[in-house]
Amino acid sequence: MFVIGLAHYLTLAAIIFTLGVFGIFLNRKNVIIIMMSIELMLLAVNINFVAFSHFLNDMVGQIFTMFVLTVAAAEAAIGLAIVVVFFRNRGTIEVEEINQMKG
Amino acid sequence: MIQALVFYMFAAIAVASSVMVISARNPVHAVLFLILTFFNAAGLFLLTGAEFLAMVLVVVYVGAVAVLFLFVVMLLDINYLRLREGFLQYLPTGGLIGVILLAELSLVYGSWKFADGAPLSVSSRTPDLTAVSNTDAIGRLLYTDYIYLFQSAGLILLVAMIGSILLTLRKRPGVRKQNIGKQNARNKASSIEIRKVPSGGGI
Repeated sequence: MFVIGLAHYLTLAAIIFTLGVFGIFLNRKNVIIIMMSIELMLLAVNINFVAFSHFLNDMVGQIFTMFVLTVAAAEAAIGLAIVVVFFRNRGTIEVEEINQMKG
Repeated sequence: MIQALVFYMFAAIAVASSVMVISARNPVHAVLFLILTFFNAAGLFLLTGAEFLAMVLVVVYVGAVAVLFLFVVMLLDINYLRLREGFLQYLPTGGLIGVILLAELSLVYGSWKFADGAPLSVSSRTPDLTAVSNTDAIGRLLYTDYIYLFQSAGLILLVAMIGSILLTLRKRPGVRKQNIGKQNARNKASSIEIRKVPSGGGI
């Protein structure tokens, strides 16, 4: 209980990942909240990587976390740009009305 | 002991603020709770000795990604209450899937243990923290063994930057802008015209 092991970090990451999946289902209409849920899931994956890196004494986990961070940042930028363009064209960001990507 | 207390504090705040991210009524509050989650995750990274990643998390996620979210949420004039319709309707399905996923993950993690050879087969061992700092160790690995991946990560960021600029760029009609090329191309012949005006006749 008072010695923090790998299982603690894995449990925390599992809870945050599940909350991310849950958030996608809960906010089915708001695409911005869905993207925030995706960020939460990526964060959970990063926690897993760092925890394994720490407990296995392997540096590669931290290297890979950096790449995950890069891709997450790129994904957020592109996704938000698409949301902004879509809002400009259609005046809504409801997921159910997003059924075509052509301008 | 103190490490355990710190872990439980960071973990509890992270989980609580993730719950608030997905359930907040106001999306601005959701973004602010997302920032709180990232800060606590950075604290957890510090606890595992990944100092550089903790700082990168604060700079990149809090400083760039979360603020980008905040900008977009505040920029778009959206009726967010209408977007929350059906929130309770999706609660049972989402809850069921969440419970199933959590049960599966805990089944995996509950019986987790490293294989016998796993600690021996690590590809690059973490150096002693008293000799080499975490940032130093990451740099030594990133700029040697993973240099191609590092370069392609930079390319991904470049493509993302160009893509998002190209997506959001628009030409608005009716906006007066300075056109320096056009200004410099003007000469006397194209801008001044001398007319013979008959006296008393007007133009």
